[in-house]
Amino acid sequence: MDAKIGVLALQGNVSEHIDAFLLALERMGHGPSSEVFEVRSPEDLAECTTLAIPGGESTTISRLIDKNELYDPIRQFKGGIFATCAGMVLMAADVADPRIHPLALLDMAVDRNAFGRQRESFEVDLPIAGLEGGSFHAIFIRAPVVTRAGPALNVLARLDQGIVAVECGRHIAVSFHPELGDDTRLHERFLSMNGI
Amino acid sequence: MKLEELRFGTELLKRGFASMQKGGVIMDVVNAEQATIAEEAGAVAVMSLERVPSDIRKMGGVARMADPEKVTEIIEAVSIPVMGKVRIGHFVEAQVLEVLGVDMIDESEVLTPADEQYHIDKKQFKVPFVCGARDLGEALRRINEGAAMIRTKGEAGTGNVVEAVRHMRTIMGEIRMLRGLDKQEMADYAREIEAPAELVIECAERGRLPVVNFSAGGIANPSDAAMMMQLGADGVFVGSGIFKSSSPERMAKAIVEAVNHFDDPKVIAKVSTGLGDAMPGLDVHTLRDDEVLQTRGR
Repeated sequence: MDAKIGVLALQGNVSEHIDAFLLALERMGHGPSSEVFEVRSPEDLAECTTLAIPGGESTTISRLIDKNELYDPIRQFKGGIFATCAGMVLMAADVADPRIHPLALLDMAVDRNAFGRQRESFEVDLPIAGLEGGSFHAIFIRAPVVTRAGPALNVLARLDQGIVAVECGRHIAVSFHPELGDDTRLHERFLSMNGI
Repeated sequence: MKLEELRFGTELLKRGFASMQKGGVIMDVVNAEQATIAEEAGAVAVMSLERVPSDIRKMGGVARMADPEKVTEIIEAVSIPVMGKVRIGHFVEAQVLEVLGVDMIDESEVLTPADEQYHIDKKQFKVPFVCGARDLGEALRRINEGAAMIRTKGEAGTGNVVEAVRHMRTIMGEIRMLRGLDKQEMADYAREIEAPAELVIECAERGRLPVVNFSAGGIANPSDAAMMMQLGADGVFVGSGIFKSSSPERMAKAIVEAVNHFDDPKVIAKVSTGLGDAMPGLDVHTLRDDEVLQTRGR
């Protein structure tokens, strides 16, 4: 199937996600008919079959989702969503922070900045359930963790502080930044889950 | 997961942090109340300061790092990253801000330089740094010292965007010019601008700086911010422009929206309507040499 992959481009690490998807498509042997593009409006969203919500500042992205009238369209989006860091925060049902208007697409509670400030940001080789080829070099930047995962969620990875990667249906949400670096296994897994 | 398997303060984490700020507005604030207004308006980070640049100009004398009490008050007030300014070359002020938990340090020409020969050796720190630059040579020297983000200097505290434009055009133009050069000519050019050849070559290959490049120094309204984005900035710093305007809350929200829709003049028109007065501006040509901040730290 030709892919039409949108990356929510309101704020944050957008171009890195686009580059990672392009590399993943190339490695999966897809031709130039697959597209990766920025999503800024409900009209852009209507064009795509899958969506990525990138890292950035979750308070800023949440506000801009509302401002750009994207809240309901994303809630009703039929395709899979790949959410990283701030994206994971937005996907949760419960964030316990009035500054965030969560999309509640995944039955989980999330704690923002769970590891602390930037000086507590870290890199680690992380084992991820079902991912072939060894552990994943994960970059955690002022990252969130999942403090409660509903029964429908499949937990893919955890650290002492909590769960850091989940999947459910056609969605994947991770606390870290797979788009920083050239390991595209998680992007490829997400595309495969969505029939691409 | 054992603690020794975690790695902190790496180059990738520093540049990654800077990258998360892209498409965002970083706002100068002097207390918890302003920080909260900035966060609610959609700022991606706040810069904690004793006073904004236009007040630093008025005060004169030696401008130093903010009181730790002020920085801590701001850190406790918001959930977004908090940055802080230190004097050029003042590595102990930087050590103090790192201990306080600041997320990024701005080694800034807005404060009075502490060292006229050397900038801070930024690779010694776990916390990332942003530094000002007026041209490609300055930018690459700062990156070589370990800066994870560059901001074009502009002329802080003037509310006049002309210098910000000059510096952004200079850097973007120099990078475009590199594309016509072969490797030998690039090495020659690197010597001319006093920058490491490998960084010059990296800029030529990528068609941009190796780190995120924000605009700063004179942005006073939504149009200024959108213009800097159209000229190629990855995001903007707004200093005195918000809390020296007649309605800071609305100005803050309007600039965030203008940066989000920088290429859509209809949105800029809408958010600029009835905003009240922007900060009072200064003609940079009337500044005495000793009042010009951008020439500090080259």
